[in-house]
Amino acid sequence: MGLAINDASVIYPSAEGRDPVEALRGINLTMGENEFIVALGASGCGKSTLLNLIAGFLAPTSGEVLLDGERVSGPGADRSVVFQKHALLPWLDVRENVAFGLKLQGVDSKRRYRTADKFISLLGLDGFEGSPVYALSGGMQQRVGIARALTCDPKLLLMDEPLGALDALTREKAQELILGIWEETHKSVFFITHSVEEALFMGTRLIVMSPRPGRIAHRFDLPFSRRFLGGEAARQVKASRDFIELREEVLKIIFADEEAA
Amino acid sequence: MTDDPDLSPATEARVNPRTGAFSWLMRARPTKPGETYGVPGQGETIWLSILSIATLLFAWWLVTWMGWVKPLFVPSPGAIVTKFVDVWQNGFTNTSLLRHTLVSTGRVFGAFLLACLLGIPLGIAMGMSPAIRGIFDPPIEFYRPIPPLAYLPLMIIWFGIGETSKVLLIFLSVFAPVALGARAGVRSAAIEQIHAAYSFGASRWQVMRHVILPSALPEILTAMRIGIGFGWTTLVAAEMVAATEGLGYMVLSASQFLQTSTVIMGIIVIAAIAYSFDLLMRFVERKVVPWKGRM
Ligand SMILES: Nc1ncnc2c1ncn2[C@@H]1O[C@H](COP(=O)(O)OP(=O)(O)OP(=O)(O)O)[C@@H](O)[C@H]1O
Ligand SMILES: [Mg+2]
Repeated sequence: MGLAINDASVIYPSAEGRDPVEALRGINLTMGENEFIVALGASGCGKSTLLNLIAGFLAPTSGEVLLDGERVSGPGADRSVVFQKHALLPWLDVRENVAFGLKLQGVDSKRRYRTADKFISLLGLDGFEGSPVYALSGGMQQRVGIARALTCDPKLLLMDEPLGALDALTREKAQELILGIWEETHKSVFFITHSVEEALFMGTRLIVMSPRPGRIAHRFDLPFSRRFLGGEAARQVKASRDFIELREEVLKIIFADEEAA
Repeated sequence: MTDDPDLSPATEARVNPRTGAFSWLMRARPTKPGETYGVPGQGETIWLSILSIATLLFAWWLVTWMGWVKPLFVPSPGAIVTKFVDVWQNGFTNTSLLRHTLVSTGRVFGAFLLACLLGIPLGIAMGMSPAIRGIFDPPIEFYRPIPPLAYLPLMIIWFGIGETSKVLLIFLSVFAPVALGARAGVRSAAIEQIHAAYSFGASRWQVMRHVILPSALPEILTAMRIGIGFGWTTLVAAEMVAATEGLGYMVLSASQFLQTSTVIMGIIVIAAIAYSFDLLMRFVERKVVPWKGRM
């Protein structure tokens, strides 16, 4: 899997007397096999726009998005998206929701339910296969969303603030879960978050974005998720000196952006 | 707040949120497990409904029993029951009550079925395609607010006084609300649900079949309920012309002979059928879309 974004920009046209919004300008980003890129930045700096660009929901105003050398021309099963909320289908139970992608791809019911059950247990949802999704807690719904994105075995997993709605404890557990799955499945992940700590802990690379126009202002390589997967306890990683130093540095950048805006 | 001597005592006396008939407007009580807090209008209504019906019946019985109004204007509840038994046994204008009822239900449900078969797909198509919306929106919006009685003469001129113009009249009154409801229902799916389906490689057709249609279902069912209501409303108008059978016909011709009890009896039969069907639809709704409003 190789993703390359070359000098991409997105301008939302003016509407109802508002000025056009330059949501992204001059974005260059490459992403290789088994990378975990985290995007961080003030609200409105274009993170979701960048994700939509990669997902193929949006075409760049200029520049190009290449996936394995081919221009992205629309959404596809090789890139699955996990949304912040509202993306499950309430008329389907948990198993059918998880199997939804496979159903769309025409996989027969026996095989797709077997695959679904595998991912349901991977995300710790055993026993809830037949539950209606609206009767689940927010954290469980989010795990259903992640399981659903994984069943189609995408090369690239796109997550837009997937853990934003969770409480601190569930959130930390979900972070570890996602990292475990990432290690096991060797997928590439593009992950948006508002939490600096989450960003540093999860990613192999961090991009910090700045608003108006949205652009990548800083890039960091991150060692922390490897340390966690190497056996170090999550809290210990997050409390280590280099983690805290980097966290403060990134926070400073973001606060400076907020003030400039 | 409370240490403001000018405002607080007076304000509190006027709108004390804890007491008074409108306290439910101020604050919601915690719900039972399984219900969702703050859902508008949630709660049991059955006992109040029974009480409301009983009160109305009692008031009706009282005014007739005391002789406050003449039976010509308001016959007693007993007279209605007697009339019902009488017409049930002897028929009205040589046609049995059952036959009147079946003819009318046939007209209404026939028109309703037809309106659903055509209106729901058309409404969905209007929601999905700007071209189809552009074509069909003006005519539907144009005829929708016109009272069926106004175009009844046209129906008769064009389609004669037979069954066609009757069913067509009812059909038209059901068609618009059903089509517009289905059209609005298309908008119910969250954009994330649609995007999720596309990101699994779904075709446009699959997105419609697996995301847009199911999420439109609650609104379509509501539109059907509203639509059949319009159908019953139009029934009497449809049976005004050259009908020899039907509940609407029965009510109209009874009124010409000042048989008030038959009129009221007919009205109650129509209402009872319409209400039973609505209850059935609500039951279907609970079975088919238990997730309605819950996500
Ligand atoms: N459909 C749209 N039409 C016009 N402008 C848009 C549209 N979507 C986003 N924008 C603008 O583009 C900019 C970037 O939006 P985007 O949603 O990508 O931000 P974000 O970084 O995801 O923010 P958040 O963290 O709040 O989700 C914002 O200024 C926003 O107002
Ligand atoms: Mg966003």
